[in-house]
Amino acid sequence: MNHWRVPFDINKIEIPHGNIHILIERCKGCAFCEEYCPKDVLEMSRDFNRKGYHYPIILKQGACVNCNLCETICPEFAIFVEEDKPRHPDINDVIKKGDQS
Amino acid sequence: MSDITSEMTSPLNIPEPEETLKHPMEQYLRTERLPHIWCASCGIGTVLTAYITALQKSKLDPKKVAVVSGIGCSGRAAGYLRLDSFHSTHGRAIPFATGLAVGNPELKVTVISGDGDLIAIGGNHIIHAARRNINMTIICINNFNYAMTGGQAGPTTPESANASTAPYGAYEYPFNLPFLAESSGAIFVARWTALHIRRMAKSMTKALLKPGFSFIEVIAPCSTLYARRNRLGSGLDLMKYYHDSAIIKHGIDTREVDIDFQDRIVVGEFVNKDKTHFLEKRDQFLSKKLGDKYVPYKGPNSTTSTMKEEE
Repeated sequence: MNHWRVPFDINKIEIPHGNIHILIERCKGCAFCEEYCPKDVLEMSRDFNRKGYHYPIILKQGACVNCNLCETICPEFAIFVEEDKPRHPDINDVIKKGDQS
Repeated sequence: MSDITSEMTSPLNIPEPEETLKHPMEQYLRTERLPHIWCASCGIGTVLTAYITALQKSKLDPKKVAVVSGIGCSGRAAGYLRLDSFHSTHGRAIPFATGLAVGNPELKVTVISGDGDLIAIGGNHIIHAARRNINMTIICINNFNYAMTGGQAGPTTPESANASTAPYGAYEYPFNLPFLAESSGAIFVARWTALHIRRMAKSMTKALLKPGFSFIEVIAPCSTLYARRNRLGSGLDLMKYYHDSAIIKHGIDTREVDIDFQDRIVVGEFVNKDKTHFLEKRDQFLSKKLGDKYVPYKGPNSTTSTMKEEE
């Protein structure tokens, strides 16, 4: 979202929110979750798990919108999302400083 | 020296597992067997996730659901599900499932197996189960080759695709699975790829709740054999290919849904019709012929049986 001014109904908008949990030891590093996350929340780690695979780590804490796509596409049952309370959007995310041209 | 040994003995940068957290699908999984044997970026796990989602959505009693699988990579699926499940011999998943469905009409029987098991060695059984319209759901995971035995060419290998028994490319005509299922008499036929997880789960829910023979083909990436032999990259690259070349066409004539090597894939729900299933038709026919003499079999848990009626 990149608006040039604060939307009038910003206090009414609620964005669903989820907490991602990763079961690192089950992961086999296929990167489906990282590729298909619509909010690009995940990134593959540089570290290895015990079996030698790169596992996903959470890049943008709090950006998850609880779409459950990573949970459904994961072939290893290694990632899941817990629903959290919906949040109001942060004004700093809506208007990014320096974008105004 | 002491520095080196301290480095050697110090734990590597391996994070501790999160043991307190439980995956929401764990009630349907035999977690003691996880992680499963399927290769990294294999699509069968995704299909299993979609199946569990469909079970949750359909609100079927897990005690009245049975899963049967044959031999092959996807044959392992029955072993990972915490349901009544059976890992049958090669190609004979459908005969076993037929026995279950006919012997206990309360059960909702699902067959999760691969193309090599269901279509090649078990090809005759799928035709006759579809002809009789037995109340079961077939999930056929198609990865275009015999993956567990080393990537041999099978009845679904597309023309010119490389396989270990076809080093210059396969030259046989492949099967068109939705057409085969429809022409044999299936009442619900759908095809999805492992990428269409939500649509696949929706189709599976519909199939589970529909009495009669339903057939769902799922095209899944085989990263270790099919993709490697054909230089198609990893499982993720195959998922990107599905994303780019899958076309959703609901209700299209199944004669037009052939798959050529790395060509477009037509997906969707092709057939959805109503037809009396095997047990219902048997009861209708025999009660018409025999009248009151005929007592329909209601399963092992029902109180009325033929013997009591005779007494």
